[in-house]
Amino acid sequence: MDPVVLARMQFAFTVGFHILWPTLTIGLASFVAMLSGLWWRTGRTVYRDLMHFWIKIFALAFVVGALTGVVLSYEIGTNWAGFSRSVSNVLGPLFMYEVLTAFFLEAGFIGIMLFGAKRVGKGLHFFSCCMVAGGTLMSATWILAANSWMQTPAGAAADADGIFHVLDWWQVIFTASFPYRLAHMVCASFVTVSFVVAGVSSFHLLRRQSVEASRVAFSMAMWMALVLTPTQIVIGDFQGRNTLFHQPTKLAAMEGLWDTTRGAPMTVLAWPDMEEARNLYAIEVPKVASLYLTHSWNGEVKGLKAVPRSEWPYVPIVFFAFRIMVGIGAILLAIAVTGGVLRLQRRLYDTRWFQFVSLAATPLGFIAVLAGWTTTETGRQPWIVYGHLRTADAVAPVTANAVLLSLTAFLAIYALILLVFLWFAARIVIAGPAGRQTVTSEQIRPGLGRSATALLGVAPTEPSSAARITAANGRVIP
Amino acid sequence: MSLAANLPILMAALVAFCVVVYVLADGFDLGVGILFLLAPREEQRDLMMASIEPVWDGNETWLVMGGTLLLATFPAGYYVLLPAFYLPVMFMLFALIFRGVAFGFRLRTVRFRWIWNLAFAGGSLVATLCQGFILGGLINGVTLSSGMFAGGTFDFVSLLGLACGVGLVGGYALLGAGWLIWKTDGWTQVFAREVARSALILTAIMMFLVSAWSAWSVPEVAQRWFAYPSILYIAPIPVLTAAVLLTIWRRIWPGPETGTFVLALVVFLLGFAGLVISIWPYVVPRHVTIWDGASDLQTLIFVGTGTALIMPIVLAYQGYAYWVFRGKTVGASDSTGVEGVPLY
Repeated sequence: MDPVVLARMQFAFTVGFHILWPTLTIGLASFVAMLSGLWWRTGRTVYRDLMHFWIKIFALAFVVGALTGVVLSYEIGTNWAGFSRSVSNVLGPLFMYEVLTAFFLEAGFIGIMLFGAKRVGKGLHFFSCCMVAGGTLMSATWILAANSWMQTPAGAAADADGIFHVLDWWQVIFTASFPYRLAHMVCASFVTVSFVVAGVSSFHLLRRQSVEASRVAFSMAMWMALVLTPTQIVIGDFQGRNTLFHQPTKLAAMEGLWDTTRGAPMTVLAWPDMEEARNLYAIEVPKVASLYLTHSWNGEVKGLKAVPRSEWPYVPIVFFAFRIMVGIGAILLAIAVTGGVLRLQRRLYDTRWFQFVSLAATPLGFIAVLAGWTTTETGRQPWIVYGHLRTADAVAPVTANAVLLSLTAFLAIYALILLVFLWFAARIVIAGPAGRQTVTSEQIRPGLGRSATALLGVAPTEPSSAARITAANGRVIP
Repeated sequence: MSLAANLPILMAALVAFCVVVYVLADGFDLGVGILFLLAPREEQRDLMMASIEPVWDGNETWLVMGGTLLLATFPAGYYVLLPAFYLPVMFMLFALIFRGVAFGFRLRTVRFRWIWNLAFAGGSLVATLCQGFILGGLINGVTLSSGMFAGGTFDFVSLLGLACGVGLVGGYALLGAGWLIWKTDGWTQVFAREVARSALILTAIMMFLVSAWSAWSVPEVAQRWFAYPSILYIAPIPVLTAAVLLTIWRRIWPGPETGTFVLALVVFLLGFAGLVISIWPYVVPRHVTIWDGASDLQTLIFVGTGTALIMPIVLAYQGYAYWVFRGKTVGASDSTGVEGVPLY
């Protein structure tokens, strides 16, 4: 196989797998910090229980996120030597600052956050949680600055050998698309985590487990979702118009627009045929694309044909990934608004169908994040540094077989890690945010917690009252 | 001398500092992993892991720091050496993933704990061996053509690399044993003291072998070490190393509890000094010097300024993180729960 294709597949897979974890930990770190602060200031044990519960999930996700991130920092050299040779002057310091200001901050305080609550006071624990949360946000800032530079490069110039030299650091970091991209990603993480917290809490509410804590968490999550989901859509609109201006080809691929058009239609669904350069089976709404992109009925939108074919991305991936992201955004908005309405009617905590809906929405944020990144990264092709360096010229002098070997290993290892994570996370979730007073199933009868009846929340065949409590509240497996 | 000539030296020192901190810090926790399956009982294993649990992530961050700093300051070292050592780097990363997730997953299962014991110990061992192969490959040198790596996928395989790998296994095990003597007590400490002797013997033999072999097989290294008058300045290094190794041997049982760990750190520092003498002043040995391989001046200044400002703060709170968990590590259950609430 073509080494460029293999290198791209490996990077896409490893970076795609990696982004799931920061998405979870950026939001969760802030949520845990908030809970730690509330526990410190109010002394309500429900916040403590929730904090302990979410710290366990955070701890697992953080480890996987950190380790899969290390992989990426080395892949830039092992698989993309041409890229690192060309852009090291510009992006090297950004990556370095990410480690210096973010990773060390996280690593320095994560020990105290996870294991130190007994050794330091509540205030210092809150401070450590804030440092970890700040670290995750700082990390997002640097890495999105680097990514935005690849999308909308500025402040540097390439010499005859293709090596970039920095002219102005301010311009390198604060590129045209950086503020929107950063806001869009951070907000995506917060929205995703809101729906994760809502989903897990609704699972507990459905099982009538740790009801007080689950209500508090569900309420917090639905408030967050109600505020942030519309915000995210507004930020997305800004980002889209930024793309229209700075990366018109990518935007044309997202919209499935071949010819430069005034009053461009919104293509709801179609099959973009790159050979014929037209859409098959298109369902269109006239003029709407121009309206939301240019905020005018007859605004001009550039089509793909404005540039030569050799500068087109692979249109179907960009086109469909974008629709998946937007579709999920619409679903999440509907759920958030429904939650708001139910709250007004004071039915938020006991509308069972809505709890099922929230539970089902748990993974949607992650899918939207993956789809969004696929849109923006595939839409940047065939460039690795937009308009300057082609992806095909950026690859490392490594044989295809070596990449194939490592790619296969990554597929196997990451699949395994995802399964194991889900297994343990499910067990933590099933055990629930009960306080320390909980009787454990193992204390009543070893092995009880592992039985299927206990997992389903149904009383065992010979129920004792203690066992029934356990089935609802207890931890599952030692 | 001008800034353009001096700054690369300063930056090389900074990269060297990060590499040394990584090797020392992750060295002892990889070492604990290497010794993991040798421990007599599960109890000791729980304590061993608990002793490094709050700090391993910070230690491993220095690996990323070293990598990104190399990219920012000496990109030639990054984009030539990483493709050259593609397979050992990849397998090191796989191994680090396995040992890393073991921290999260091991205590959550009883039935399958052996799998995570194996992942932790095996991951630590394989990561260390891979680092050895990279080190050996660095001493041997790599093939270049028009500034890019032009060798084969398996060029990294060499007896010198294997020897470096085994030597690092011994050295990290020694560091790990020293850490356990310091941070634990009871049977875990006894185990660490017993195993420290074997680790020390392995380290001493492999250090000698690697030094002799690289002097014999790489003429440039031999020339560096045996030329008069420089031999006068650098001869004390091997002599001192031998003296420290001997001191450790005599102090494992009777000495202070921190002794083995501190002296093992000194052994590593001396070994690193020897390595620097062998390959100075190259980023890519015998092809690209630190002056040819350095980034633009404005990039070095941007990196240097920020590092000078932020690195002291980083070191301060990293130190604080160690300070919070000072003293002997108490039982695993104690350190994993928050305010006495079990972790699961």
